[in-house]
Amino acid sequence: MSEPVLATHELKKSFGALVATDNVSIDLRPGEIHAVIGPNGAGKSTLIGQICGALAPDAGRVEIMGRDVTRFDTAARAREGLGRTFQISALAMEDTALENVLLGAIGQTGRARRFWSPVARDADLQTCAMGALERVGLAESKDTRCADLSHGQRRQLEVAVALTLSPKAFVMDEPMAGLGLDGSKTMTSFLDGLRSEAPILLVEHDMDAVFALADRISVLVYGRIIASGTVDDIRASKEVRDAYLGESV
Amino acid sequence: MSVILIIEQVLNGLQFGVMLFLMAAGLTLIFGVMGLINLAHGSLYMVGAFAAAWVAGLTGSFVLALGAALAAAAAAGALIEMLVIRRLYKAAHLDQVLATFALILIFSEGTRWVFGSFPLFLDVPAYLSGPITLPGGIQYPFYRLVLIGIGVAVALALWWLTARTRLGIQIRAGENDREMIAALGVDISRLYTLVFALGAALAGLAGALVGAIQSVQVGMGEPVLILAFVVIVIGGIGSIRGAFIGALLVGLTDTLGGIFLPELFKLFMGTGAATQTGSALASMAVYILMSIVLIWRPAGLFGGQS
Amino acid sequence: MIPERILNLVVILGFIAVPIWAVFADEIFTLTLVTKAMILGLAAVGLNIALGIGGMVSFGHAVFFGIGGYAMGILAHHAQTFTPLSVGPITMAGTKSMPVIWITAMLVSAAVAWVIARLSLRTTGVYFIMITLAFGQMFYYFTISWGTYGGEDGLPIYVRNSFPGLNTLVPLQYLMLCGAALGLALLLQWRLRASPFGLALNAARQSPARAETVGLDPMRIKLWAFVISGTITGLAGALFADLNRFVSPTMFSWQLSGELIILIIIGGVGRLFGPVIGAAVFVTLEHWLGGLTDFWHVWLGVILLFIVLFGRGGIIGFLTGKEGPHV
Repeated sequence: MSEPVLATHELKKSFGALVATDNVSIDLRPGEIHAVIGPNGAGKSTLIGQICGALAPDAGRVEIMGRDVTRFDTAARAREGLGRTFQISALAMEDTALENVLLGAIGQTGRARRFWSPVARDADLQTCAMGALERVGLAESKDTRCADLSHGQRRQLEVAVALTLSPKAFVMDEPMAGLGLDGSKTMTSFLDGLRSEAPILLVEHDMDAVFALADRISVLVYGRIIASGTVDDIRASKEVRDAYLGESV
Repeated sequence: MSVILIIEQVLNGLQFGVMLFLMAAGLTLIFGVMGLINLAHGSLYMVGAFAAAWVAGLTGSFVLALGAALAAAAAAGALIEMLVIRRLYKAAHLDQVLATFALILIFSEGTRWVFGSFPLFLDVPAYLSGPITLPGGIQYPFYRLVLIGIGVAVALALWWLTARTRLGIQIRAGENDREMIAALGVDISRLYTLVFALGAALAGLAGALVGAIQSVQVGMGEPVLILAFVVIVIGGIGSIRGAFIGALLVGLTDTLGGIFLPELFKLFMGTGAATQTGSALASMAVYILMSIVLIWRPAGLFGGQS
Repeated sequence: MIPERILNLVVILGFIAVPIWAVFADEIFTLTLVTKAMILGLAAVGLNIALGIGGMVSFGHAVFFGIGGYAMGILAHHAQTFTPLSVGPITMAGTKSMPVIWITAMLVSAAVAWVIARLSLRTTGVYFIMITLAFGQMFYYFTISWGTYGGEDGLPIYVRNSFPGLNTLVPLQYLMLCGAALGLALLLQWRLRASPFGLALNAARQSPARAETVGLDPMRIKLWAFVISGTITGLAGALFADLNRFVSPTMFSWQLSGELIILIIIGGVGRLFGPVIGAAVFVTLEHWLGGLTDFWHVWLGVILLFIVLFGRGGIIGFLTGKEGPHV
């Protein structure tokens, strides 16, 4: 078994009496899509926050490629190779689609200190940014202000920004949210191809997408992983059915 | 330096502090309930002082003058709330700062237009003037003690208002959830006007009370306004209790710093240099206090999320 | 609707044509007004980098304007009184040389801006506005009670400082010097806005979380933007002091900080020429309305109120029909 790219070890986080993350250990291995599912309020967002560095865990570790990054801030983890997409698009809404992916390229190349040379004339940045836009199919909308993009296009742009980082692991928070049937299908087939590039930790509500994509599934309920295994294992698990799938499948 | 001097200065600091509280209470209420930074609050202080000086000049009655100050400031507050402020509740802080800065310009120059550039005078009435003797033989101006009393009374009344009355419940609900309070059937825009007028009346009262020991002139509101902002930022914006503690801290720091810092520096430098360094530091003391508080607690002493 | 580029060109031509006219019409006072507009525009260009692009609503930029002013005042004062200037263990002579004064003004402004930003950026929203205001007040009251350099009365400098190869006493020459400084600052603002740093700064304003997730540190980016911003405003302060041959604590006042913000709002927040158009309009209004009525601030207040309530994007927003960035 190959080394995990991303792993958490006995992660714990509570808010007062509420235990939001209870001893969560999950890992992400090369080439796989590992889906984390669970009902609302199960602690998925809190978990993502701790993995990406927005929240500090009370106990436990986060590792990227075997390196302990628990004390790294968000930016440092991104530089270690974490490519995150947000559930609610956190894009620069006044900027164009191209400018948003350029930002990723700037972060990736560490060129944010350059204050005199125009971005427009930086071939490396442009190539990286346009490449990402083309891959998600947004090349034609490159000069559209993000605020004028459709919801679906913003979801694609979120993924494009993460692509510019050439991350070692993707962490995607509900990339299908609000996409509609066609959009979900396109995104599903895109993510399907992406896993060979870097594994994806996928938090998602859309069960069709999860069952179509995931190599492994972990089920999070009340902050605890109650089951973890292949798609078939999870479908077959009585515990999961009782706790969660019963309502939606 | 005698104990008597120290006690006197502490009382002066308290008196300054409670007057700042009258200003700060309105500011912090308005920010807490409506989310608005109101730079024009100093203008309402000025309006109160001018109204008091004018009415006192006509009638000779200090009580009527105070009534006029409350009424004029509340009316001016309600008026600008309905004409201008109302449009700013959802605006960015930058827009609020600018629009209320514009109101300062209009109020200040408008008052200069009406009353001219010369200061007006408002006298402390005979029955409140003169020193009284405190336990321990300290002579202290009676009027200043009355100011401390009024300030504490207003603080208690505000506490009672927010904690015990229907209006207070509505105000606290409005701080937490605008939609909910609208759903409860409270006329939110009337509530806002009311809160704004209440804050304005307190500022006007402070202007009139302080106007009797200083001169009443255009521009008198802004130094107090800035200090009142320091107060609410130290206390945590939106917190009445924070405003009270902050006001006393600022009042005492400003007053005692001016007296004791030069003395302190005399311990290890020459008299001339000590006086200069000490008074320079003293004049900056409250701002240094505020920066330290904010660096330590970025949302003030009693503030929640900033 | 006018394209922004054309509008900018018109402004540049205006800043060239008006002085030429003034020279031929022998309107020396107009030259002074244009110089003043240029200097205020320069100060506002500085603020625009922090406020317009970076979204940092500094209500204390008068700090840098004042530091620039006092750098000029103190150095020139020691030169004109032939007294040595002691800073800690170092003792040096004053100077009347503008380049030396400017470099001093910019270095001190940059250092102070770094410290202020380090402390202030811990806070956000209203607290940031208020803590920057507090720093301004500290400097204001410090200079008032600091008797060595005139205290509240300020410090007059009898002869304008010199620039190699120029006669700065000739109004047109000083105007051109200030115009050159403004031009360079505009060039810097333009290049910076189009650079990776500018893009990152702009994104840090709109979505700090986004900047972090791509591996950028929004705090650091804002910190350096604030330093650049303060440095430019500091230079403007030195030029302003030399225009008036006088410095006083009012250069540190919060009203001045407020006016700098107003200039940007009138012209258009975050726009390349916003600060310059704002400064030109402000100086024109001050002169024209000030000549008509003693109470011109009332009308300034009314105009400002209308711009805030109804005219998002200032003059540039109105003329180009495009809303600017939101701060």
